[in-house]
Amino acid sequence: MTTLAKNTRVAPLESGAPAPRGGFRRLGDLKIALLFIAPAMIGFIVFYVVPTIRGVYLSFTEYNILGDPEWVGVDNYTAIAKDPLFWNSLAVTGQYVFLNIVLQTALALGLALLMNKVAKSTLIRGALLLPWMMSNIIAALLWFWMLDYQIGVVNQFIEWAGLPRVAFFGSEEWAIPTQAIINTWRHMGYTALLIFAGMQAIPGHVYEVAKLDGASPFQTFCKITLPLLRPVLVMVLVVTVIGSFQVFDTVSVTTGGGPVNATRVIQYYIYQRAFTESDFGYGSAIAVILFLILALVAFIQMKFLKGNESDLD
Amino acid sequence: MKKTLGAVAVAAAVALSMSACSGSSSSAEAAKGEISYWLWDANQLPAYQQCADDFTKANPDVTVKITQRGWDDYWSTLTNGFVGGTAPDVFTNHLGRYGELAENKQLLAIDEAVEKDNVDLTAYNEGLADLWVGQDGKRYGLPKDWDTIGLFYNKAMLASAGVTEEQMKTLSWNPEDGGTYEDVIAHLTVDKSGKRGDEAGFDKNNVAVYGLGLNGGGDSSGQTEWSYLTNTTGWSHTDKNPWGTKYNYDDPKFQESMEWFAALAEKGYMPKLETTVGAAMADTFAAGKSAINAHGSWMTGQYTGYKGIEVGIAPTPVGPEGERASMFNGLADSIWAGTKKKDASIKWVEYLASAECQDVVASKAVVFPALKASSDKAAEAFKAKGVDVSAFTEHVKNKTTFLYPITDNTAKVKGIMEPAMDAVVSGKAPASSLTQANEQVNALFK
Repeated sequence: MTTLAKNTRVAPLESGAPAPRGGFRRLGDLKIALLFIAPAMIGFIVFYVVPTIRGVYLSFTEYNILGDPEWVGVDNYTAIAKDPLFWNSLAVTGQYVFLNIVLQTALALGLALLMNKVAKSTLIRGALLLPWMMSNIIAALLWFWMLDYQIGVVNQFIEWAGLPRVAFFGSEEWAIPTQAIINTWRHMGYTALLIFAGMQAIPGHVYEVAKLDGASPFQTFCKITLPLLRPVLVMVLVVTVIGSFQVFDTVSVTTGGGPVNATRVIQYYIYQRAFTESDFGYGSAIAVILFLILALVAFIQMKFLKGNESDLD
Repeated sequence: MKKTLGAVAVAAAVALSMSACSGSSSSAEAAKGEISYWLWDANQLPAYQQCADDFTKANPDVTVKITQRGWDDYWSTLTNGFVGGTAPDVFTNHLGRYGELAENKQLLAIDEAVEKDNVDLTAYNEGLADLWVGQDGKRYGLPKDWDTIGLFYNKAMLASAGVTEEQMKTLSWNPEDGGTYEDVIAHLTVDKSGKRGDEAGFDKNNVAVYGLGLNGGGDSSGQTEWSYLTNTTGWSHTDKNPWGTKYNYDDPKFQESMEWFAALAEKGYMPKLETTVGAAMADTFAAGKSAINAHGSWMTGQYTGYKGIEVGIAPTPVGPEGERASMFNGLADSIWAGTKKKDASIKWVEYLASAECQDVVASKAVVFPALKASSDKAAEAFKAKGVDVSAFTEHVKNKTTFLYPITDNTAKVKGIMEPAMDAVVSGKAPASSLTQANEQVNALFK
């Protein structure tokens, strides 16, 4: 998530970086400009460019971190194409992303509307952000205990209600939805805040005109709020989709990829291959593939949802 | 920075003492400064802290800084340390890991020191010292402890079911009908209306107490889950041990045993795998959800420490070939190849493996030390606490142990077998599906 937020911020910088077309009127300006850009540029090169290039290089090697990387060409990639666990991880991640995005966007939109129209108290608006302030690991572990099959409080309630206990983390059917619900709970307040901010930017006179024309609240929402929110929604979608693809921490501290392979999401699989099985070349290759997938997803979203244009102009 | 300074200081001290009194052996002079030592089991920390204090008392020039890190982070932090140069001088090592570490030249071979200092390798329980000789024939650690598997049972539940503790000692098992082991497990299972597992009308979908607890699918080793059964049939994990190059999960004998094991959950005698994700097996035993738990000797303190539950320990059942079987796993202390305090580290490792330290460990009654004499002392210490641990020691005495499978690629083997075993134990796939997983595993060795 942060990566993308940074990139979008960096992008205009890059296109704006070249000096005015008429040549450098004063060389002094360029020097000062470079001086100001330098800290960000050095950070960008050291922490983004170099690791990315090295990651791509490692994806063509066999590397167990303790020895030296050994060039193997595209062997890792051909092996990945035939690796059922890789395809499984894509499918499982896709399932998670879909559930997470649908739930999170719908709930966040609803919450944002409530914040905008009903809950004007700062206290309540702030409370919505509380889960987001929690560490991912703590949130995951709390739910892990609460949803435990044997001793979890949620299953106690389910049993009192006369229903059979649910193996939230243990059954293959429930494992991914459970992870998606936990992360929706954690993130929806933050997403709602972003959408809410977008709503604040819609000028009040548009609503006044709609009111004069006799539009119902539902019509106003569908015909005015939603279309004018589009740039914000696209940004939120891009960020949450990429964030969802990176699901790892909740899986790592709860199911660890299981039951069987039900939650072996792509980031967890990368971690498993690289850090547990010391196959850093293979892990890097999957990471490169994930990078390409995410770049494509972000591109498609920006392109077709026209996220960089606003209807307000 | 601090480390570098320390190293400089040590080097300076060494140089000084060398020039001051040439003549004494160099190893005594280099054995100075602070060495770092890592272990993962918090239960053992007090014992080893005392060893470290005693060691410093005997060797005032060397201090030992002990760091305990939980098992989950232990190996990744250690690997980072190897790469970053911050690994501990000495650390607790595991059989499943040391092969790879030795192959990547991260461990210091200690043959010379062991020979020079006359470490008596026959004083350890049989086989333990040899486990730490790598494929290259070099020794990479001195044994510190061992563990075997036993059956922890809830005495009150046995009594109310009319199962005697004598019966528990003479259980037999086979993969066809489960023998008297399954009879007892079935009888100890109780559903919510009070019907036992072997009574008519038993509701397998509403079980209050399971006859046997379940720890998990057991991945590649099945150490506490199923190996105490599968290895009584004459089956073994690999073609030879240590350093086998072929795994045997495709053996029909093994698959038949796993079929029986998975069926226990199907019959309602053992919890379904999906319900065991989360709370630890020992804790659910303490909560009265299972009557028998097969678990390792290192868990003795925890099982016998629960308030309000009387716990007994029985040996694992006798198998179709007339013998019991238990995995025999041992830990050792190894030295990092990148240590800057080689001599002090060797001294510390030898001290850890000596009677002085292992008797201290024994007196705390936490684990069984590797030295035969210290093992006996540990058994006495357990007895003094009112715990009969003969179920564990019997395996060693009667030589019914088999070694933890030591091979290359253990992490990758585990990566393949974990989901495969989970699928079988949860009943999602037949045991015959292990043949395909086995092919994947064996492909790692080609």
